Amino acid sequence: MDLNTEVLTQYLPLYQKAAVLTVKIGYFGIVLAIVIGLFCALIQYHKIPVLRRIIAVYIEISRNTPLLIQLFFIYYALPKIGISTNAESCGVAGLAFLGGSYMAEVFRSGLEAIPPIQKESAYSLGLSPLKTMFHVILPQAVSISVPGFVANVIFLLKETSVFSAISLMDLMFTAKDLIGLHYNTIEALFLLVVFYLIILLPVSVLGSLLERRVRHAGFGS
Amino acid sequence: MPDLGLEVLFKGQNMVRLLGGLGVALKISLIAVGVSIPLGILLGILMAGKNRVVKAILRVYLEIIRIMPQLVLLFIFFFGTTRIFGWDLSGELAAIIVFILWGTAEMSDLVRGALISIPKHQYESGEALGLSGRQIYFFIVVPQAVRQLIPLSINLVTRMIKTTSLILMIGVVEVLKVAQQIIEANRMVSPNAAFGVYLAVLVLYFIACWPISMLAGYLEKKWR
Repeated sequence: MDLNTEVLTQYLPLYQKAAVLTVKIGYFGIVLAIVIGLFCALIQYHKIPVLRRIIAVYIEISRNTPLLIQLFFIYYALPKIGISTNAESCGVAGLAFLGGSYMAEVFRSGLEAIPPIQKESAYSLGLSPLKTMFHVILPQAVSISVPGFVANVIFLLKETSVFSAISLMDLMFTAKDLIGLHYNTIEALFLLVVFYLIILLPVSVLGSLLERRVRHAGFGS
Repeated sequence: MPDLGLEVLFKGQNMVRLLGGLGVALKISLIAVGVSIPLGILLGILMAGKNRVVKAILRVYLEIIRIMPQLVLLFIFFFGTTRIFGWDLSGELAAIIVFILWGTAEMSDLVRGALISIPKHQYESGEALGLSGRQIYFFIVVPQAVRQLIPLSINLVTRMIKTTSLILMIGVVEVLKVAQQIIEANRMVSPNAAFGVYLAVLVLYFIACWPISMLAGYLEKKWR
């Protein structure tokens, strides 16, 4: 197998464009997922009556169905009842729908891992509930959540690969398209792998640096 | 009440065909899980062991498999290896190979994690009680590791089932493909079939995965 450099240089701009789209949708989807996840986790932590049940249902549905099916449902089924979106916002919505529940689980387990004695001690030292949350509970909860959080970000970035199914011109779409057009399979796949590595490796490395940085919750355990 | 296109599901053999499609996805994931759990246990034990060369090689394998999206792996096997080696690989076979490779990597990481999470004092206490190395392994380490592992490997099954939805993209006729065919066939009669049929697919996947995740969650709580 020899790589044809001419083909590679010819394909490069196409892949760059596709990679930008993948990263863009991934970025907005993940940011939204974090917001949804935090919201859900706080509601479950504070045990707010009705909302808590609704969120539990959402989490079960979102975690037990594949992203591809969720995207198909949002993109092809919802327009039939009058909710139509373009492909890009559908991709963001699908990623946020899937990621929200994964993020919620990570944040919730982080919050629940803090023993009640921490809260009680803070109160007995005269800290207000808000100060307790920000100076005592959250710093510890965040550092417990970081490994799961990083794993989720990588997982969600990987999941963006299914967007080609709703005809978004992302990396997978470009690769499949080029294989079909010119039959330069090896070059097309080579660039596909390279571009995914360019996107995913830095996140993975930064993630493990971050994990090392915040590992101060182990105190006393 | 808008037309939801649900009636399409009950026409003729449509529901049976959808279930058959889900059957293909389930079959592939069960074969892959069945092979990758024993293989993963073996590799995981090696990775928690002492041989540095073996550990380094396995680490590379694990990282390569885990950082690539599963769809990319499917493409590499379905389009790439067939081109390079010139063999003929059906979509289903390519899917099974990829899911075995992926499942083995994930499983071995779970096993390694479970084994190295056993605190050192467990080994030392075993030695202090006069147990031999093998006795410590089988009576102290393995039972504790297995307890941690079972919920996690059950979760791996649901992840595997969810990931098999990707095989649509390499042309295997599974539940989504069947859904598309049904919608196409009924385009004229019930234009809103897409809603009912995709909803049914969503529900089918949920029914397949939810009980398994519930079991995993229950075991995790029980054995904590």
